[in-house]
Amino acid sequence: MSATVEPRISGELAAIVGPANVLTSDVDLLAYGYDGTWFESRPACVVLPATAAEVQAIHRLACRERLALTPRAMGSGLSGGSVPLAGSIVLNVMRMNRILEIDAVDGVAVVEPGVITADLQRAVEARGLFYPPDPSSLKQSAIGGNVAENAGGARCLKYGVTSDYVNALDVVLPGGELLRTGGRMVKNVTGYNLRALFTGAEGTLGTIVRVTLRLLARPRFTKTATAAFDRLEDAAAAVVAILGAGLLPTSIELMDQLTMRCVEEARPAGLPVESDALLLFAVDGNYAEIVDAELGRIVELAREHGAGATRVAADAQESARLWDARRSISPALARKTPHKLGEDISVPRSALVPMVRAIRAIAARNDLLIPVFGHAGDGNLHPNILCDRRDPAMMARVRVAAREIFEAAVAAGGTLSGEHGIGLLKKQFMELDLGADTLALMRRIKDAVDPLGIMNPGKVFPDPGGIDAFELP
Amino acid sequence: MRGFTGNDVPPASVYDQCVRCGLCLPTCPTYVETLIETSGPRGRIALIKAVDEGRLDLLSPGFVHQMSECLDCRACEAVCPSGVAYGQLLEPARTQIERATAGTQPAGRRLTRWFTLDGLFAHLSLMRFVAALLRFYQRSGLRGFARRSGLLRALGVERLEAMAPEFSERFFVPRGQEWVATSQPAKLTAFLHAGCVMQVAFAAVDEATVRVLQRAGCDVVAPRAQGCCGAIAIHAGDLERGRALAKKNIVAFERSGADAYVVNAAGCGSSLKEYGHLFADDPLWAERAAAFAAKVRDVTEFLDAVGLGPGLGAVNAVVTYQEPCHLAHAQRISAAPRRLLAAIPGLVLREMEESSLCCGSAGVYNVTQPEMAERLGRRKIANALATEAQVIATANPGCALQLTNGLRDAESAVIVKHVVELLDESYAAYKPTSRASSARAASTLG
Repeated sequence: MSATVEPRISGELAAIVGPANVLTSDVDLLAYGYDGTWFESRPACVVLPATAAEVQAIHRLACRERLALTPRAMGSGLSGGSVPLAGSIVLNVMRMNRILEIDAVDGVAVVEPGVITADLQRAVEARGLFYPPDPSSLKQSAIGGNVAENAGGARCLKYGVTSDYVNALDVVLPGGELLRTGGRMVKNVTGYNLRALFTGAEGTLGTIVRVTLRLLARPRFTKTATAAFDRLEDAAAAVVAILGAGLLPTSIELMDQLTMRCVEEARPAGLPVESDALLLFAVDGNYAEIVDAELGRIVELAREHGAGATRVAADAQESARLWDARRSISPALARKTPHKLGEDISVPRSALVPMVRAIRAIAARNDLLIPVFGHAGDGNLHPNILCDRRDPAMMARVRVAAREIFEAAVAAGGTLSGEHGIGLLKKQFMELDLGADTLALMRRIKDAVDPLGIMNPGKVFPDPGGIDAFELP
Repeated sequence: MRGFTGNDVPPASVYDQCVRCGLCLPTCPTYVETLIETSGPRGRIALIKAVDEGRLDLLSPGFVHQMSECLDCRACEAVCPSGVAYGQLLEPARTQIERATAGTQPAGRRLTRWFTLDGLFAHLSLMRFVAALLRFYQRSGLRGFARRSGLLRALGVERLEAMAPEFSERFFVPRGQEWVATSQPAKLTAFLHAGCVMQVAFAAVDEATVRVLQRAGCDVVAPRAQGCCGAIAIHAGDLERGRALAKKNIVAFERSGADAYVVNAAGCGSSLKEYGHLFADDPLWAERAAAFAAKVRDVTEFLDAVGLGPGLGAVNAVVTYQEPCHLAHAQRISAAPRRLLAAIPGLVLREMEESSLCCGSAGVYNVTQPEMAERLGRRKIANALATEAQVIATANPGCALQLTNGLRDAESAVIVKHVVELLDESYAAYKPTSRASSARAASTLG
């Protein structure tokens, strides 16, 4: 167990943020030691700043004292990105939670990092505007974390990921300088694209303190449909066919039978649990007839490619129930086993069918349950390996299966992570994906921005001889 | 390092279901007020797990504080996609703390605990006696004297005194009464749970419940042998006392032969519905308790299912609905009370923001955690007043008390009513002859 910060340091932190916003008690250090994964690591203390200036002062202190900092928002991440390793101080930004501006003319929202994503969406939608990125954790994740991990979501198929909406960022650099990069414009090519560098950097380069997000006009109509399949591969093939026919729905989500069963046990949503797989489609637009026509064509193509029962959701309530069910998948899987290893591979569309087949083969070969679901339309799948960490023999098989899934994804031209980030969970596989040269450049960038190595230590970069996902508590 | 011991240990099978997704956090009243992870369900589950695994001391001040600061409102449980039965972790954790500190608590606190748990709530006749004394205090000149004289402040009970309910003019005492449905044959026979606080401080709600059940076509019985549901003891960590009270109610209901055990206090209802779980490890009682629990119905749930029938008159008022935690979260009943209110002619139901966020009442919470209770109370009143409703409807005595006190502090003229009181007024306002006259005879509120 690592030590709590010295009183001298907590005193200085208290002078910056006020004594109530420095937490050092045993219970607080336990509660800020985890995220949405199974990792747990005790921080040296927790500090809760309310302004960018306070974040700068904390950084300067950390720099002077060579103390590690781990930025954290809601701690809902699925890759261990905000778990404080090596006795880090948790820098929690949830008190910085104001929506500073929603500007319909410039089409931007300016927000602090602690704004809950769903709250931002509600606020902009009330003004007829639209913030498309919709990670399944949108009700319990904040914009700061979304930007740090470059979160995705179901609507990314049509609208792109978080980084496509980050027009400007304010980042406190490790030494305490305030970097302001980007602007309110969509087009902006002056200099290196630093906002792209800090988006998805997982807190290893600095602390995000303000985000300017691009907003679109809110589509007036959204409709949902489902198509059930007797074979998972047919569902995957239907996805490829629909997109190949020139249609671009908002979302195409896939869930296999095991996934549906877990969700139905958690909260019955009327999913066809007897089928091998389900596709969930959403189409949006400003003209009801066009939305209906596109959704009709999609359902027709699904049937042509082997769908049995198909259904267009009758109203907004039925749609909401289906999408709530979709968003509850990841936590609902915990009903089968005490633990799960949630993967997040992303493959080219052409590899969707072979990838789905490969995952099933890996599950069978290693005698494991691996429900498959995900954003099939953009090739981002979430095979979740169900497991019990108290069973060492099972965990040895989980380890093999995880590696095999990564290898299959990379061999198919895909990647380790589509939207969760690398964090702790996948760092040991980085070279497999990126190759030595790319990884070496990343290290040089990290060393240039954070020469003392105080920002979120132990993340993203593989750790020779170090811990991996299976050795941590 | 002290850990959990003996029976009533928070089960690992329950806390292991938490995958730490964090979906519970934005629904947790103490989290949204503090924005501190430790003060949220995910944090508290992690702490309970840490105590069970020997990584945190049972009596560490932070753990004791967190177990007490939780409102047990179950908002987290209602949204949890992993199905973590949070209450099944919190209640035994509190029992463990109570047991470990039983000998070390200050004498005053032990005395209060003994008086309330072993006295008032165990013997409702004693509660009625004490309530009658307090009623005398409230209605004679004594209260005015005590408040003016500074005596209350001197005794350190000023806050407590101000929070006490106004006791009813006449109490509702279950003595084995039987009422018949207004239209025969009766659809069902309802066993009325008269409650403890309900019968002395909200007797009018019990009376309204009887009338509304009759009008909805049900016979009603109120057997004498019933008692307190045990919720106060269970939430305070005294599971044994809770079980003793539960047995009384199970036997009373079995003997009555009624079709349903109808409750108009959401807190009691959720406790009564959990009797199966309370006796899960008791082979003698498990089956009877589960059979009993399956017949328990909140009055709004019951009326929504049997139907209100004809005869509703106009109640011209703008009403907002405050969801009791133990109805919305613990019993997952949200639509039924709203449907009942919407069925009342003339009544305009206007939703408030955060209608399902705890008002801060939570049983004895405003006594044990006064500061947080007050913060949540103010938040709730602000949300309710923003609707410009004339009436806040709710379905639980604790909420009614908290709201009434909050409205008084805000110097508001808005009043608080139980959903069945509004239904009762609606039936009373019914004029079968002409529509025009029924509108004229509409109940006036406030």
